[in-house]
Amino acid sequence: MKALVPVKRVLDYNVKPRVKADGTGVDLANVKMSMNPFDEIAVEEAIRLKEKGVVTEIVAVSIGVAKAQDTLRTALAMGADRAILVTAETEVEPLAVAKLLKAIVDEEAPQLVILGKQAIDDDANQTGQMLAALLGWGQGTFASKVEVEGDSAKVTREVDGGLETVSLKLPAIITTDLRLNEPRYATLPNIMKAKSKPLATKTPADYAVDIAPRLTVVSVAEPSKRQAGAKVADVDELVMKLKAMGVAK
Amino acid sequence: MKTLVWVEHDGQAVKDATLSAVTAASKLGEVHLLVAGENVAGVAEAAAKIAGVGKVHVADGAPFAHALAENVAPLVATLMEGHDAFVAPATTTGKNITPRVAALLDVMQLSDILSVEGPDTFTRPIYAGNAIATVKTSDAKLVVTVRGTAFEKAAAEGGSGTIEAIEGVGTDAGVSSFVSAEIAQSARPELTSAKIIVSGGRALGSAEEFHKLIDPLADKLGAGVGASRAAVDAGYAPNDYQVGQTGKIVAPEVYVAVGISGAIQHLAGMKDSKVIVAINKDEDAPIFQVADLGLVGDLFKLVPELTEKL
Repeated sequence: MKALVPVKRVLDYNVKPRVKADGTGVDLANVKMSMNPFDEIAVEEAIRLKEKGVVTEIVAVSIGVAKAQDTLRTALAMGADRAILVTAETEVEPLAVAKLLKAIVDEEAPQLVILGKQAIDDDANQTGQMLAALLGWGQGTFASKVEVEGDSAKVTREVDGGLETVSLKLPAIITTDLRLNEPRYATLPNIMKAKSKPLATKTPADYAVDIAPRLTVVSVAEPSKRQAGAKVADVDELVMKLKAMGVAK
Repeated sequence: MKTLVWVEHDGQAVKDATLSAVTAASKLGEVHLLVAGENVAGVAEAAAKIAGVGKVHVADGAPFAHALAENVAPLVATLMEGHDAFVAPATTTGKNITPRVAALLDVMQLSDILSVEGPDTFTRPIYAGNAIATVKTSDAKLVVTVRGTAFEKAAAEGGSGTIEAIEGVGTDAGVSSFVSAEIAQSARPELTSAKIIVSGGRALGSAEEFHKLIDPLADKLGAGVGASRAAVDAGYAPNDYQVGQTGKIVAPEVYVAVGISGAIQHLAGMKDSKVIVAINKDEDAPIFQVADLGLVGDLFKLVPELTEKL
């Protein structure tokens, strides 16, 4: 079966975001960008399913600026077979991304779409669920374990109180949680090989999807700063301060 | 504005996260509730007592037993014909269902809102809480999830909502089914509603030390127990203990971080705590930049001493 893996280019997770002085957004000029960590886990899971003989072809998709090509090359270097880049110069909201992905699913007919559970820039946690809704497919969100058996997938999900397992009829949507797997590093020979793997470039218009945003960002501000605290000398002083605050008796 | 609030429950009781969502919804207008599940008459009665609640819609049937998004979302979408907004707590259940509802209604969702600035304007955190965006929607219907720690809880008693069963429920979308659940048992307060939290990090070194040091301190304080991602990944604590961008977001009165360096992903989950106490041997650890009270030293010595002296 074919697996589709959407990946997003985001500010590298180690970089501390800086809010622009004019309050229009976060400064993304000259900062390191990488593949969204949850998407790396999604690519890795697709590759593992291919190694098990469940998946036969992995198609990586990204929607965004031309540079998102780098993110797709990373996915190809990890083990994806080919890639599709849908270029858009402005930020594309999860609903529009889901609509574009639906159009790609209609064209490619994958049995599994594996996405990250959230992107670490907008922290929305919506795209996978929205795509599942548009397709009418089952969804296994926040997956920490995936087992494909015949025409169904058993997905263990990380929920608030612990774990929950659901069975999904294929085709289905899976969104990855952190503990699903440990993504592999792309080796240098594979990075070189990835350069010759096919990468198709499309536009939202090719899929007749309107990507006009529904939300307007009025402003982006720094969160309120915490008052700098004090260090205490020893446990006695800590206990005294905690008691003064009424925490301990 | 007629607002429909998703009632989060465990089959018996209404969960606290619902009460915060009710407060957020009440800033938009008239509050109606949706109780979906199997054999939920008791939950519906409890929900009707929440202060300020109008109608309580009840969908009682087998397809809703485990709140599968595939079965619940179409139900919510149908109910939204008579409502202007859908509000759910940003729990794993809320996050699972709500975007599916939004897509069925062809509207964009606002995730994890921190405040209601107007009927169509909200604030929400982005970049792991390192920036706060004020966002305005142009959609006809509102679909939002609410960060529980950002809103006071509505009173669980004193309301007099009217319970109304939804007729003809019971459709199973037929694409998913519940298999099993492993819910961690704990006598301690639930993490997201605990007043005090004691959290352990990688510096604890092993699951054994984690329980030996963290548990007694938590019990002494009547606190919930949390963990950093490093501690969870290393197997010192179960997954659902994780506090952070990708785990639970907490804002207790006191957060005690033991052996946690304070990576931005962890801070995203706890930096709204009223008082942060950090115990760490590295005096340059980033956690000390947000801690109100910091103690530098060997946690294997300091934590037992603290537990004893409290």
